[in-house]
Amino acid sequence: MTAALINVPKKARNGDIIEIKTLTSHVMETGYRHTPRGEVIPRDIITSFTCRFEGDEIFHADFFPATAANPFLSFFTTATKSGKFDFEWIGDNGFSQTASASITVE
Amino acid sequence: MDPLRPKATRRHVVRGFAAAAASFVFPCPAFAQSAARVVVIGGGFGGASCARALRKIDPRLHVTLVEPNRIFTACPFSNEVIAGLRDIGAQQFTYDKIAAEGVTVIAQAATKVDPQARTVGLADGTSLRYDRLVLAPGIDMRFDALPGYDEAATEKMPHAWKAGSQTMLLRRQLEAMEDGGVVAIAVPATPYRCPPAPYERASLIAHYLKTKKPRSKVLILDAKDTIPQQLLFEHAWKVFYPSILERIPLSQGGRVVSVEPATNTLISEFGNYDVQVANVIPPQKAGNIAKLAGAADHTGWCSIDPMTFASTLVPNIHVIGDAVIGGSVPKSASAAHAEGNACATVVASLIAGRVPEGPTLEGICYNTVAPGYAFFMAASYHARDDLFAEIVGSGFTSPINGDGSDEVRKREADQAQTWFKTITGETFG
Repeated sequence: MTAALINVPKKARNGDIIEIKTLTSHVMETGYRHTPRGEVIPRDIITSFTCRFEGDEIFHADFFPATAANPFLSFFTTATKSGKFDFEWIGDNGFSQTASASITVE
Repeated sequence: MDPLRPKATRRHVVRGFAAAAASFVFPCPAFAQSAARVVVIGGGFGGASCARALRKIDPRLHVTLVEPNRIFTACPFSNEVIAGLRDIGAQQFTYDKIAAEGVTVIAQAATKVDPQARTVGLADGTSLRYDRLVLAPGIDMRFDALPGYDEAATEKMPHAWKAGSQTMLLRRQLEAMEDGGVVAIAVPATPYRCPPAPYERASLIAHYLKTKKPRSKVLILDAKDTIPQQLLFEHAWKVFYPSILERIPLSQGGRVVSVEPATNTLISEFGNYDVQVANVIPPQKAGNIAKLAGAADHTGWCSIDPMTFASTLVPNIHVIGDAVIGGSVPKSASAAHAEGNACATVVASLIAGRVPEGPTLEGICYNTVAPGYAFFMAASYHARDDLFAEIVGSGFTSPINGDGSDEVRKREADQAQTWFKTITGETFG
């Protein structure tokens, strides 16, 4: 599967409110569906997302079966200093994905 | 027993009663059968077919077709014009035959509809009275839906989603592009006119690039994940255009969220695309006159009663073609043509005081991905509850591949040509 897509501004001024966008490819199978033969299709979802800036958690989201496939997230933070954002998605069946992006704050 | 039947029967009875009641309350003496006036707004595949069929069903009807363009330019096959495979003249038709059959053709834009007075106002200030009005306004672009894409932007980034000057502009841009350039096609989310057409267009542009500018690419930036006839398209792309055509679906960040015409830039949630030719297909709505008539709802489209094509919002107005929403009938020339004919039958029945029968529509759609290589899908639709639904078992789509599939694709390409001759002949010829 293709890696997650992230969009973090490359540059910002100190105090700017910046938008961060992420998109992960994932089926987000609810666990409530059945095959035509009546067998339950096992649940397979992302259960959590965390964004850290220089090691400190700045945003966290838990996902549930009602979340659509390929979850797209958009959230805001205040740019205070240059550094690195780390993104982590964790889910069923050992699903784990990470990504990172840096910002220069002037 | 079909559980839908008793319900459908009740509907027939209720409708029959309503239609009979309506025929007594019209105070206008002109509503007498011989003098009934039907105005059709829009001379595309839906409206032109409807106007013509009305005269055939009942030659006593006064039928007026309101259409500002004296020459109609057809969308089906216009992707071949863009790719330089076909002359725009092959897409163009006049209303001469329709006029010769007794339809009054008025080359004016309709600017106003008054459903109470039952009049249509025209651009020249005159007005027409009607007993029943058929709206076949097609689509208009939503210039409020994609930031940066306004009417002026269409001269820089053509949509080419109404055939004519926009088609030729996109063709000229392709011809002027230097080898090595990128052609991007921005595709909106549904609903929009002719769902598979962006992918046919991408294929035929890829064919043009492959034969004329082989270092160039075509990039589809898509607001959807799944597309019509996906397996057929993707198989063909792998065979014909593996290094030329690329599609980025919604789940890979393909949705274009704004554009910058000055720099030919398409902006998605996750990146900017600076391209040499930008074909931006924006979100759409029913043709403007539908809104002026009060027939378009908050979605911008027109909801109808599928038994009669009657607007659910305004009395004595029927809506057909791409402007209609609500059901699985695709927005296509073929469906509009079928709706035009079916609506003519309904309107003639209502005028004669008869209870119209529920229509069955047939739709077919050909996609050409290279000269001599096409596939198609077809289905029939009927009224079920408040929507048009595909008749179970009526759907057909070309087989994916296998032995002799090249001959099948060739035959279907020939059938596509025949289909175009037939539908334009039935509508205009």
